[in-house]
Amino acid sequence: MKLNERSLAFYATCDAPVDNAGFLHKRGGRGAGSHRRWFVLRGNMLFYFESEASREPLGVILLEGCTVELVDAREEFAFAVRFAGGRSRSYVLAADSQAALEGWVKALSRASFHYLRLVVRELEQQLAAMREGSPANTLSANPNPISNPRPKENGRAVWSALPEQPTAAPKRPPLPPRRRASAPNRPLASFAQLHEHYGREVRALRSQWRGGQAGLAGLEVWHRSSSGGTHTQDQP
Amino acid sequence: MRYNEKELQALSRQPAEMAAELGMRGPKKGSVAKRRLVKLVVNFLFYFRPDEAEPLGALLLERCRVAQEEPGGFSISFVEDLSRKYHFECCSQEQCQEWMEALRRARNEIRKMTGKDPLEQFGISEEARFQLNSLPRDEQTCTGSQLGVLD
Repeated sequence: MKLNERSLAFYATCDAPVDNAGFLHKRGGRGAGSHRRWFVLRGNMLFYFESEASREPLGVILLEGCTVELVDAREEFAFAVRFAGGRSRSYVLAADSQAALEGWVKALSRASFHYLRLVVRELEQQLAAMREGSPANTLSANPNPISNPRPKENGRAVWSALPEQPTAAPKRPPLPPRRRASAPNRPLASFAQLHEHYGREVRALRSQWRGGQAGLAGLEVWHRSSSGGTHTQDQP
Repeated sequence: MRYNEKELQALSRQPAEMAAELGMRGPKKGSVAKRRLVKLVVNFLFYFRPDEAEPLGALLLERCRVAQEEPGGFSISFVEDLSRKYHFECCSQEQCQEWMEALRRARNEIRKMTGKDPLEQFGISEEARFQLNSLPRDEQTCTGSQLGVLD
């Protein structure tokens, strides 16, 4: 596939602020040992350079659809960037300190538009719930969302491309009860347990909500695709 | 420059913000307009031969300029060389306008122009569920991109 690599290189080295930058050890492709590279994160692209002064990146990792995990590796402060799909390569990276490790994992976990969409959707739900009861519903039916986009107040785009719009304004799901993140009485649950616990509730709410929400098919398809398997977008 | 082509191909199969068959002409002198299926997914513009599953190519839209050309036509060029333009022909000025707006929204860097992380305006960056240091030390998996697992 052709890619505008020249523009990519300029983007990698331009003056605009970066989302994160620093040295990481990167394992070579075929277990060939690891090299210390200068990494620069911009949006959903993770560039790596031979050195901080290099004018062109050695390569770039597109981060859409990735997961970030801590790993138990021979290197200290190691983590992996992984993608769905059997033959996808994992990138095992190692930072120089615990603080650097945490900074990178946090930054990379948020680096995809997929993540941003989920956050925006959650915020939209919270906002709509807050405005519930008031006559104006912010997400009222719009017969042609693509040709009549309304930018969000903070200037961010409307990410979802809804193929159809229900004729009535979508009913918002009930807001789940807010929980304190640190519950002193709770036994030390593992993240996986917490994830499963909250996930169960979210799944239940979503299937409740899905009952009347054909219009969100576009967003749902995105999630199914990202968890693996291919999906071909219908050609217009 | 090395890049993970497999993931880029997978991205080209995701639901698109905009997709249509347009006339497309590359920046080289003397290039001819061809019909291409053009698909906007996050900050990438993919282009396919009509009825082919794999894209011919992709344009990362960061630091691009989108400009009206002739009526019903627009161009994309990049800051480092604005004269090198990719031309697109739409079937109407209305379609052309839709595409130009969608392309301008697609750039991640618009977020940067506000000077702040949009998540922070809502206090969500500091939400405990998005913090790594609230996880027990021996945990393996991190949140963020794995929210999709809830499906």
